[in-house]
Amino acid sequence: MSRLTPERVALAREVMARYPDPRSALIPLVHLAQEQDGYVTEDAMQHIAELLGATPAEVYGTASFYGMFKFHPVGRYVVDVCTNISCLLAGAGELLEHAEGVLGVRAGATTADGMFTLEDVECIAACTVAPCVQVNYRYFPSQTPESFDRLVEDLRAGRLDADVPPHGVLARVRQQVAPERWAGSGGAPPPIAERSPGPALGASQEGAAAAAATDAGASASVPGAAPPAEPPPQPWQAPPKPTPPGAPPSGGPGERRRPS
Amino acid sequence: MTYTPVAPIVTARLSQYDDAHTLSRAVETGAYSALRRALEQTPEDVHETVKAAVLQGRGGAGFPAGTKWGLMPPKFPRWLVVNGDESEPGTYKDRILMERDPHQVIEGALITAYAIRASQAFIYVRGEMALAQERMAQALTDAYAEGYAGRNILGSDWSMDVTLTWGAGAYIVGDETALLESLSGRRGMPRPKPPYFPAAIGLYDQPTIVNNIETMSNIPWIVLNGGEAFAAIGAEKTHGTRMFALSGHVKKPGVYEVGSGTLTFRDLFYDERLGGGIRDDRRLKAFIPGGGSAPWFFEEHLDLALDPTVVGPAGSMLGSGAIVVMDETTDMVRAAYRLVRFFAHESCGKCTPCREGASWMQTIYERILGGQGRVEDLALLEDIGNGISPGPYPGAGPRPGDAPVPFPPRQTTICVLGPSAVAPVTSSLRRFPEEYMAYIERAAAPVPS
Repeated sequence: MSRLTPERVALAREVMARYPDPRSALIPLVHLAQEQDGYVTEDAMQHIAELLGATPAEVYGTASFYGMFKFHPVGRYVVDVCTNISCLLAGAGELLEHAEGVLGVRAGATTADGMFTLEDVECIAACTVAPCVQVNYRYFPSQTPESFDRLVEDLRAGRLDADVPPHGVLARVRQQVAPERWAGSGGAPPPIAERSPGPALGASQEGAAAAAATDAGASASVPGAAPPAEPPPQPWQAPPKPTPPGAPPSGGPGERRRPS
Repeated sequence: MTYTPVAPIVTARLSQYDDAHTLSRAVETGAYSALRRALEQTPEDVHETVKAAVLQGRGGAGFPAGTKWGLMPPKFPRWLVVNGDESEPGTYKDRILMERDPHQVIEGALITAYAIRASQAFIYVRGEMALAQERMAQALTDAYAEGYAGRNILGSDWSMDVTLTWGAGAYIVGDETALLESLSGRRGMPRPKPPYFPAAIGLYDQPTIVNNIETMSNIPWIVLNGGEAFAAIGAEKTHGTRMFALSGHVKKPGVYEVGSGTLTFRDLFYDERLGGGIRDDRRLKAFIPGGGSAPWFFEEHLDLALDPTVVGPAGSMLGSGAIVVMDETTDMVRAAYRLVRFFAHESCGKCTPCREGASWMQTIYERILGGQGRVEDLALLEDIGNGISPGPYPGAGPRPGDAPVPFPPRQTTICVLGPSAVAPVTSSLRRFPEEYMAYIERAAAPVPS
């Protein structure tokens, strides 16, 4: 049970700054928490909520939607056997049964020594090297029962440590940007009150204004929001069938536009 | 129609070099020269070039990218989101492009961002693809450091930030409105339509273009060679090249880049340079032409061209370019069950017909496969399918030669995940009812003493 370490908080702030709205960093931040502890703890979610200006329930409610986030301790190695159609046709059902036998647990469970969690997963995009297994999201293509046994032995002996980091470590390489190279071109999204109701919605002006008024408080509380983006360098050139240039930039229901 | 190889577009660099993902190799082989060319033109000129190419989106829906870009109202800020949440069963082309030629993706995204005057670009990569994450991250880091991304790109006065973002395991996020929800830090649930296009109301309710990784990877070539040159490749109504992931019971499964619409399924499965024939020279029983969501095709469809305008009227779709071949030994009930289970698992839960219907169908399949099936289960499956997608459901007829029901299906749900869950059910049930009955009759038979 732990909050994010100071180094991770610094990293989290760096990630948050790459989005016009820091809330967009929610999923990357939960990944950071899972990387730290191997699973997502309640304290970490509380901490992420504080960083984002969201509620812990919003963080948990969002994170629990996504299958990769674990809310209980899992094994050092999460072994994912794909059993979707292409792997199934190549014998993944039998491979999964074999894996259950070798590890001594059913799919979804963790071995008593905490080394392995076995999962029966959906398509992992390796269909031409089926049946495919992922260990902590690293690929092990074209598996047979024999190669699977070797894989388990190698993992247990630590021979694959260079290829397979502990569970939670998704990418060992992060996008790094020197501050002077960051353009800041996106800026912050405009406060919701100023956002255009948009042409295709066809909402009445009153409705849009009412909705905007309701949402305005929420947007104003976003911490650390940068000033709105500067206008683009050149005026917008209308596409072939445009809104007349005189149309109000925001407000007004506008016309419906569909693909021709 | 015979198969004629064409010069690859999106796999040109990666098929030649193992280190195509490094900046040095990519630049040495021409990466970012299209970006330089684009920056010498106005954004409108670049947009016109892509429009002339008629680059149909490679994510599944096939909507032309140039037309999509033109749907944006004149409002700022506006965003570009690149959809790398490839999760359709049977599909893996975007992963290859991200892992092995990430600079091509970034260059395509930068050119697109320039053409649509985006304020910022985001590349959303599926969470389970750790190597793609690492390669994209390294490529972006290098691109920033060397002046290909960020402030004053290539020494010009144009700046563009590209943010790499991580998914976390949700098939539904491949839907573009669900992707935008996810990118906003929320549950990835599709938004009600209208608005039909995020071009009008997208990320942070601002105009947004969502394009697929393979679509982006085509952009540099188009800018360098011209829209007309791209449109000249392929068939009359489908242009350029397309990547197909061929898997299942073929001798040489693999990802192949071929001229769009220029070959038939027979060519793809049997040509020695492609699939090389069915495993162990067995008979073909069925194949899925466009990923797990697509209604199945059978032997009589082998001579159809891999052209969306041909496949659609025949009752299915090319979708994301995932073709799964099943030979005569395949248990069709089990195959359909596995796909239904997938959709039941991946339903986001927003629309009742999909949330409840898909899991009911899964339960019925488990009953049938577990020896507890009833004869009336077959009608029940059809009835539930009808509730998700009011029939007649697209697909081939019950017998070869029967009139097909053209694609797409109707739907009672916000997004197409619900109707997709019906595809394996109706496809297998119409053509192989006897396989279902065999399970059910075995269940009804008295226990041998």
